[in-house]
Amino acid sequence: MNHFAELLDRLAFEPRRNAKLRLMEDFFHTTPDPERGYALAALTGGLSFRNAKPGLVRALIAERTDPVLFALSYDYVGDLSETVALMWPAPAPGGAGHNAAPPRLSDVVEGLSQTAKTELPGLMARWLDALDETGRWALLKLITGSLRIGVSARLAKTAVAALGGVDPNAVEELWHGLSPPYEPLFAWLEGRAERPESLVVAPFRPPMLSHPLDEEEFSRLDPADFCAEWKWDGIRIQAVRELTADGRRVVRLYSRTGEDITASFPDLCEDLLAQEAFVGTIDGELLVLRAGRVESFNVLQQRLNRKAITPRLMQEFPAHIRAYDLLAEGGEDLRPLPFVERRRRLEALVARLAGRRVDLSPLVPFASWEELAMARARPGEAGAGIDAEAVEGVMLKRRDSPYVPGRPKGLWYKWKHDPHLVDAVLMYAQRGHGRRSSYYSDYTFGLWRSGPEGDELVPVGKAYFGFTDEELKELDRFVRRETVNRFGPVREVIHTGERGLVLEVAFEGVQQSTRHKSGIAMRFPRINRIRWDKPPREADRLDTLARLLPRGERATTKAGKT
Amino acid sequence: MRKAREKKPAPGFRQGESEGLGSRRLKERAASDYLRFMQARDILSLTPAGLYCPLADVHIDPLRPVPRALITHGHSDHARAGHGAVLATAETLAIMAARYGESFCGSAQAVRYGERVTLGPVGVTFLPAGHVLGSAQILLEAGGLRVVVSGDYKRAGDPTCPPFEPVRCDVFITEATFGLPVFRHPDAGGEIDKLLRSLALFPERAHLLGAYPLGKAQRLVALMRQRGYDRPVYLHGAMERLMQLYEAFGIPLGDLRRVEPGSRESLAGAVVLCPPGALQDLWARRFPDPVTAFASGWMRVRARARQRGVELPLVVSDHAGWDELCSTIRETGASEVWVTHGAEEALVHWCTREGLAARPLHMLGYGDDEAEAEAVAETAGAEPAA
Ligand SMILES: [Zn+2]
Ligand SMILES: [Zn+2]
Repeated sequence: MNHFAELLDRLAFEPRRNAKLRLMEDFFHTTPDPERGYALAALTGGLSFRNAKPGLVRALIAERTDPVLFALSYDYVGDLSETVALMWPAPAPGGAGHNAAPPRLSDVVEGLSQTAKTELPGLMARWLDALDETGRWALLKLITGSLRIGVSARLAKTAVAALGGVDPNAVEELWHGLSPPYEPLFAWLEGRAERPESLVVAPFRPPMLSHPLDEEEFSRLDPADFCAEWKWDGIRIQAVRELTADGRRVVRLYSRTGEDITASFPDLCEDLLAQEAFVGTIDGELLVLRAGRVESFNVLQQRLNRKAITPRLMQEFPAHIRAYDLLAEGGEDLRPLPFVERRRRLEALVARLAGRRVDLSPLVPFASWEELAMARARPGEAGAGIDAEAVEGVMLKRRDSPYVPGRPKGLWYKWKHDPHLVDAVLMYAQRGHGRRSSYYSDYTFGLWRSGPEGDELVPVGKAYFGFTDEELKELDRFVRRETVNRFGPVREVIHTGERGLVLEVAFEGVQQSTRHKSGIAMRFPRINRIRWDKPPREADRLDTLARLLPRGERATTKAGKT
Repeated sequence: MRKAREKKPAPGFRQGESEGLGSRRLKERAASDYLRFMQARDILSLTPAGLYCPLADVHIDPLRPVPRALITHGHSDHARAGHGAVLATAETLAIMAARYGESFCGSAQAVRYGERVTLGPVGVTFLPAGHVLGSAQILLEAGGLRVVVSGDYKRAGDPTCPPFEPVRCDVFITEATFGLPVFRHPDAGGEIDKLLRSLALFPERAHLLGAYPLGKAQRLVALMRQRGYDRPVYLHGAMERLMQLYEAFGIPLGDLRRVEPGSRESLAGAVVLCPPGALQDLWARRFPDPVTAFASGWMRVRARARQRGVELPLVVSDHAGWDELCSTIRETGASEVWVTHGAEEALVHWCTREGLAARPLHMLGYGDDEAEAEAVAETAGAEPAA
């Protein structure tokens, strides 16, 4: 456990992806089974402990420490697990628990699953006695489910895959058939055993992703080689329906990253379970449809944000799949087939489906790139109809493209909307993270609005990318030179009508926000251009953004928040 | 430091002499009567300039220029320039001379650990504090009452200075920089091992190690050498002078090299010591894919490390942690404890529960040495940036 704790500790502070990978690879390489397997489970979110709650931890520490000292310490540290980990008194020499061997991660996993609730406090106390500060911190974070170390399940699997020099997708495909501590997986990766055949019904298949279209490459592509379809502004999803050996029907929904999200969409599952015509895997977009119309991403998010899936929620935000592709059908893997062939199979399948939860994402007809550009600019008139607002752009897929997991070159492209642009004024700057920690690289910018004492700037967003390294240096220099105020890591830079810096900010859309003083939040803002030439007075006004809000949301914002 | 030793004996501190306010007051009544009823506050009181001993007419670690000062150690929040006469260990005087120039005070007098100096009715003894080179606790004895001003101190081992010597006393005056029970410093060697493991795992990355230039930096290097690390350790310009000073006092630190202008790109896999403030400085930018490490007791708390953008926090402290503070207070047998600065509230609470009279002094002006490190970084930043 101490070894694993040290890994978690290091990962929590390490901002670089490659360095995180190296740390995990080294750990998997040097740690024996089953410890590394349980560690992998912990890193991929595969461990959950029902019995251990923060209340238990509080009770344990209350028995052992002075309440005043605990309160002062908690107040200083600000995190319960960490305070307890640091304050936990060492067992007295000669007393019970002194110099006890620290538990292994496997001891913890087994102990928690086999121990009755009443025995748990005693067991926890013995573990905490035997661990060091970092070990206690990791244990407490693990059992209270609040481990945040900036490692995605995908990254952990990538590190494991590197152990055997295989593609992470190869691990991904087996994943749902395996369980902790993953000994057959490690045996295979280390060349000691055959590939463990996936035992899971309805497995996840890593999705194929596209490249953004760069305008230069575009001119070399032949429109005749491609199909086009709308890129819907929802959640990319994989829907799998299969039959077990004994004839049971199984439905699974996976997110793009392979997370099993079945439980969040009982409405969709129930519908799919009943679709006897469908045995296979659909790649599509999860959307909310009301009265036959696709709702905006903001609406979908209202469903995604809810924890409790109530009948009311499902009725108010009915989930729907718009199908892009068919990866498997009736036990046959369709992924090697060309896109047009898979598409033909998909169209035939959707036509056989009853119910209204799954439909086909239509192809966008075009003969030339100009024609497609028109369609992209006005999706409503090119077939998207009333759903045009939910179109994010178009996807181009080579007619002969097989379905290749990952982001293969030259097969699929996304051609998004041109972004919105606004000229904003730099107001605050903050140091970045990791390799950027020595630069002021996070910028808060604002737009003009009329205030009680004339025009004033109100912050509307924050951006930390979109500029070159060279521009970053210039921005950083500007911030250091023009600072008028410091608040910890944040610097306020000069921003009057005459003096200051105008940033051209590109963004994908706006939504209402109670978190922002302006009442509006931008989606994906980034610095498009630095307008060294433009006086701040000529930057845009808040009304420019308000006009982009969906119709229903406009009035409230205009009424003004302060 | 040779020069400091050669200085004439300081007139202010000739043995048995005291011309201060205390001695004048003393003449007004019979000395024996007075001494019988003496209380701690007669030996030591709190003035705007800091702790003051009226009987000897001398300040300890004064915050502003005074005629006569006793200095516990060389950190700039304790050792300031501009006093009249200064009494301190030779090492502390050398550190002050290196920092402020030879004329940092009117006259300086060196004192050895354990040597008893008499100032009027007060016996003054400097004893090792284990904090940094030359650091001392100051024992004041008068009228049978013993008061110890401990300055900054630690109990953990340190190859660069003699260990803290507990002294029995009636009143113990302690710092509380890490006066919360969450501050339990681990074995420093184990923290150095973390650094060495990271060097092995990331041999293509420079490891920038932020450390206070006086004490911490030398201790880190000495600990690395103890663990067999014999490659060159690179230094930020602001680190060099004090490293040389330590070596001149007979503390070997191995192969130390200044980071030469234009050489930063070639320091993959090297350890580079710099003042903490330099970690975020323009200076830190050109090293190959740097790992930002920082050695400090504050690194025990994750939010503090994250706040500074530290990627490899090393919990190494030159101050006593909570357990050391408590055990030291017990060892001195003091019945009264004054807490100068830091997290005073928690330590005073603990003392009270132990049945000891305790009072917080709420002294402003003493930091955790961090202020010092930042100041050094600023001046270093002002050097030619190359
Ligand atoms: Zn100090
Ligand atoms: Zn201090």
